[in-house]
Amino acid sequence: MIPAEFSYVRPSSVDEAVAALSGAGEDAKVLAGGQSLMPLLRLRLALPEVLVDLDRVDELREIRDGGDHVFIGAMATHYSVIRDPLVPPLVAKTTATVADPAVRHRGTFGGSIAHADPAGDLPAVMLALDATMVARSPRGSRDIPASDFFVDYLTSALEPDELLVGVRVPKLGDDWGFHYEKFHRTAQAWAIVGVAAAVQRGNGTVAGARVALTNMGPYPIRASAVESAATGGPASAEAFRSAAEAAAEATDPPADISGSAEYRRHLARVLTARALTAAATV
Amino acid sequence: MPRIKVEVDGVTYEDDVEPRLLLVHYLRDRLGKVGTPIGCDTTNCGACTVLMDGLSVKSCSVLAVQADGREITTIEGLGIDGQLHPMQRAFHEEHALQCGYCTPGMIMASLDLLRENADPSEEEIREGLEGNLCRCTGYQNIVRAVRRAADDMRGAAKEVTS
Amino acid sequence: MTTAPEIGSARKRIEDARLITGKTQWTDNIQVPGLCYVAFLRSPFGHARISGIDVSPAKERTGVIAAYSGRDFADEQAPLPCAWPVTEDMVHPDYMPLAVDEVRFAGEPVAMVVARDRYAAADALEAIDVDYEPLPAVMDMEEALKEGADLVHSDKGTNKTYTWVLENGDTEAAFRDAPVVIERRYIQQRLIPSAMEPRAVVVAPIGDEFTMWSATQVPHILRTVLSLVTEIPEQKIRVIAPDVGGGFGSKIGVTAEEVILMLAARRLGRPLKWTESRSEGNLTVHHGRDQIQDIAIAADRDGRLRGLRVNLLADMGAYLRLVGPGVPLLGAFMYNAIYKMDALSFTCSGVFTNKTPTDAYRGAGRPEATYAIERIMDELAVELDLDPIEVRRRNWIKHEEFPYTTIAGLTYDSGNYEAATEKALQAFEYDKLRAEQADRRERGDPVQLGIGISTYTEMCGIAPSRVLGQLNFGGGGWEYASVRMLATGKVEAVIGTSPHGQGHETTMGQIIADKLGVPFEDVRILHGDTASSHKGLDTYGSRSLAIGGVALVNACEKVIEKAKRAAAHLMEASEQDIEFSGGSFSVRGDAATAKPIQEIAFAVNLAHNLPDGMEPSLDSDATFDPENFSYPHGTHLCAVEVDTETGFVKIRKYVAVDDVGKVINPLIVDGQVHGGLAQGIAQALYEEGVYDADGNLTTTTMADYLVPSAADLPTFHTDRTETPATTNPLGVKGVGEAGTIASTPAVVGAIVDALRPLGINDVRMPCTPERVWQAIQDARGGAS
Repeated sequence: MIPAEFSYVRPSSVDEAVAALSGAGEDAKVLAGGQSLMPLLRLRLALPEVLVDLDRVDELREIRDGGDHVFIGAMATHYSVIRDPLVPPLVAKTTATVADPAVRHRGTFGGSIAHADPAGDLPAVMLALDATMVARSPRGSRDIPASDFFVDYLTSALEPDELLVGVRVPKLGDDWGFHYEKFHRTAQAWAIVGVAAAVQRGNGTVAGARVALTNMGPYPIRASAVESAATGGPASAEAFRSAAEAAAEATDPPADISGSAEYRRHLARVLTARALTAAATV
Repeated sequence: MPRIKVEVDGVTYEDDVEPRLLLVHYLRDRLGKVGTPIGCDTTNCGACTVLMDGLSVKSCSVLAVQADGREITTIEGLGIDGQLHPMQRAFHEEHALQCGYCTPGMIMASLDLLRENADPSEEEIREGLEGNLCRCTGYQNIVRAVRRAADDMRGAAKEVTS
Repeated sequence: MTTAPEIGSARKRIEDARLITGKTQWTDNIQVPGLCYVAFLRSPFGHARISGIDVSPAKERTGVIAAYSGRDFADEQAPLPCAWPVTEDMVHPDYMPLAVDEVRFAGEPVAMVVARDRYAAADALEAIDVDYEPLPAVMDMEEALKEGADLVHSDKGTNKTYTWVLENGDTEAAFRDAPVVIERRYIQQRLIPSAMEPRAVVVAPIGDEFTMWSATQVPHILRTVLSLVTEIPEQKIRVIAPDVGGGFGSKIGVTAEEVILMLAARRLGRPLKWTESRSEGNLTVHHGRDQIQDIAIAADRDGRLRGLRVNLLADMGAYLRLVGPGVPLLGAFMYNAIYKMDALSFTCSGVFTNKTPTDAYRGAGRPEATYAIERIMDELAVELDLDPIEVRRRNWIKHEEFPYTTIAGLTYDSGNYEAATEKALQAFEYDKLRAEQADRRERGDPVQLGIGISTYTEMCGIAPSRVLGQLNFGGGGWEYASVRMLATGKVEAVIGTSPHGQGHETTMGQIIADKLGVPFEDVRILHGDTASSHKGLDTYGSRSLAIGGVALVNACEKVIEKAKRAAAHLMEASEQDIEFSGGSFSVRGDAATAKPIQEIAFAVNLAHNLPDGMEPSLDSDATFDPENFSYPHGTHLCAVEVDTETGFVKIRKYVAVDDVGKVINPLIVDGQVHGGLAQGIAQALYEEGVYDADGNLTTTTMADYLVPSAADLPTFHTDRTETPATTNPLGVKGVGEAGTIASTPAVVGAIVDALRPLGINDVRMPCTPERVWQAIQDARGGAS
């Protein structure tokens, strides 16, 4: 299949990119790594008039230490995210489960987040870690907390003329453990359900817990009830299983050929228990 | 129409291309480098895998304009002076291909895998090739071929350094 | 000269040279001067009336040469053929290459564009206006057969195309008063063959002659049928199957695109190319399987089978493809499998639905049959509290009973089920795994272990022409080969089979090297071009070696006969005194007289001194038409781990011991088994072509139709027993489909075995995690 015609802009700085995007109007699309967008273009499911290609905006590829957080540039590839020692472990581990090596060479951190695919793995991780999305537009820079960023199916809080430039991922202390539990039918298939978990350990008990779910609704969902149930309790598999019983609360899972809503709710409970247990033992 | 300059298998090309032209169509239809085939629309099959600046990419999911200023290596650029690359030889020796349609992409992906991990386990090979589908071999001999190439290439590297 | 025999040696493939270097001739690689590109507009509806279609806006687009709707070809196009009218009264609706008034499956082509390049062609499709009036889509076979059902073909008055019956023995008596009767329903899901190379066609017209390159398994059949359908005389059509990237049955058709490209090329006088995209192919390449199997067995308390009854519904899709109606018949003879019984009753109805037409997919009929019988043999074992191996052993044909005529009327020439099973059990460590299974059950481990068994056989080497005639098939089953001795003593052979991954250039070369006593390197095999290989019946049904290989042996024998006559003349000896051994002719008992065949070939080419009346040629043509099918068999054992919390299934161990008769090239045989296993396992666990109620295929891409990767499959343990076929001089049986036929029931049987303590006796394929989990839920009464 062959993409429909579009015009193409290749800025080399963030300022140029923002200008190009705001000048291009409603039917512009940002091309980051293209690993989700190119198939949509080829199937003619996306028909932008203008593509703003960030491939040469090198400043967006930066990953830097921001003291209490790590800043990951939107155009950092999955490949570089996995390898950069600055990147928080949950982000790196989860990124390693995204697609396959060739896709990870092109696919970008910011692209995966801005695409806001509820089956994508990184949005849930951003939610669990209370990351902050940094957007730029002609009006200036804006911080968007992860909890406000994922608005609906394939829809983020970004305005049409806003560019995601990167994400501030808070650092968590050494007493935190992490795990991303991805459940899919084949290695390269999308997650039917995924669970991002972070557990703060303290003397055999759970001092803090963060849980977010992939593909349990039109956007990633924070499993707050699980977090409350787990926090303060023992760091045991049994306690996590019990806490995870609340994992499907307030979810709205899709039904498709990979699984019914009921099955996904069940998986959310099982996988949450596993993710918490793994996070606590890491 | 953007003008691009791209080095493919050691030869530099300059061409005007439509922005929407896929890299794989540029290689096949414009440069006549038909060694790289196309197997799907959705980045799943990996038949079109090439190296861009040394990293594997699926050339159906990269625009030709994005290859501007880059180096592309295809299956046709492996081996020197008619000699097979050790990976090509290993695929032959281990009968790691039948119809051969996935083979160019599989070989390029396997090279990328060994670039990252010169001594992969069977499991690492299987996971490393998850983005390349083969319908003929059941992958068993592909895994063996990559193992063999890993041994051959490490052996060769040792000879060079010693 | 003594050299190691080629037959049996793991010769590395000579075809690899081009495939590993990218110097391959895929059809999409073909370039001819003035080539134009074709794109098809396809129905987005499963069933609709075309109330209006206007292609003229497409013609206005830049770079567009022509645009046509079905109406533009209405007078010129003829229906696509079905070569297998399985009954006299089979309902056989016209299947027009370009739909004219009505579309009956999503993806059916309604219009086409010819443009200067692929991009312009794709763009111009968007400009075509089509008005559709949606009609009710018939999506369910059982609904389709009900009184008053909506019709796929309203003028036919029925959705049933045929009912075909095979009966032997008194089935009613076998079931009457039988101590054990077991009835089951199994569902064969719809599969999409997914050869890695999408289809592609190039047609180049010169004057009134046409050369077609096509990604086809069947260049010879294609040429003949194209000639019949287009009325272009056969001698004016040359078909080339260049390098073809896999088929698995999906490239045996004569397709709408091939016919329409031919007609359009004739009309325009221009060469045309069409290359399918994957998402287009998932809609339009014929699909496989899609059957509902009602199977019943009657047995005695000791486990001995009395009778077998099968009622089958086979989904034909919207139209009858080339051999689609016959696919279930290829399974009909295999339900009894390796087992002895007194009676068999098989009834199959073909049903039309508004889905992509079905046809042969790797195994074609036999995987379905093997699946059903092997699954129900497990049920019998459970019913009688016997080990599933034991219940099979009590029923199978014993080694000393061969040749054995089965209840289906086939005569199995050879087999050794005992040996294959014994070897498999040892490699599998069956008893150890059973012990682990018991332990996990005891402990209530959330991960349960299951063991699946498939003691399969199949019929391949398709096929004896006489039998095909009895089954109403519109073609023969023989094969052709030709061997040419070149002046320098090298050998060029032409084969009628058409490989697309099977390695015929290597295997056939090995046969010639041994038969003629020439170095393997001195042989070159030509195939897949009707200009060089003018006759043949191509490659499908594991026939190439068992039929084509024997034709090649026959051609070699003729070369030797001719050379012997020339040698006798040159040696001034009587022909009866000349012997041929190791590539040389000599006077019996006098090694010093030895003359290599190359020397004879040179002398014959010179023709200075030939026997009176002898032509200056050793070249020979031969055919082979088998008397019988061949019957590979084997025992496959599979252990799976089932995560009862999520339903996820992991293959822990897979052992395949196959008996494919004499092995020419073990490397290639192992490769065929590996690939066959992968496809059979994929049916069990991963793949399904899914339609929604409106007739939309929801698995149009590889993101939805899950072809497994290396990371999803285990390492296979393969081994062999070798019981030569007695029906051909090579002793070969065929190996292309065995792995696929055998593996599916072994995997599903293992899953069911793991869950048996819960009272589960089936999980519908593909056994997705959700289906496994749901089965567990249902068994536990719905409480999670």
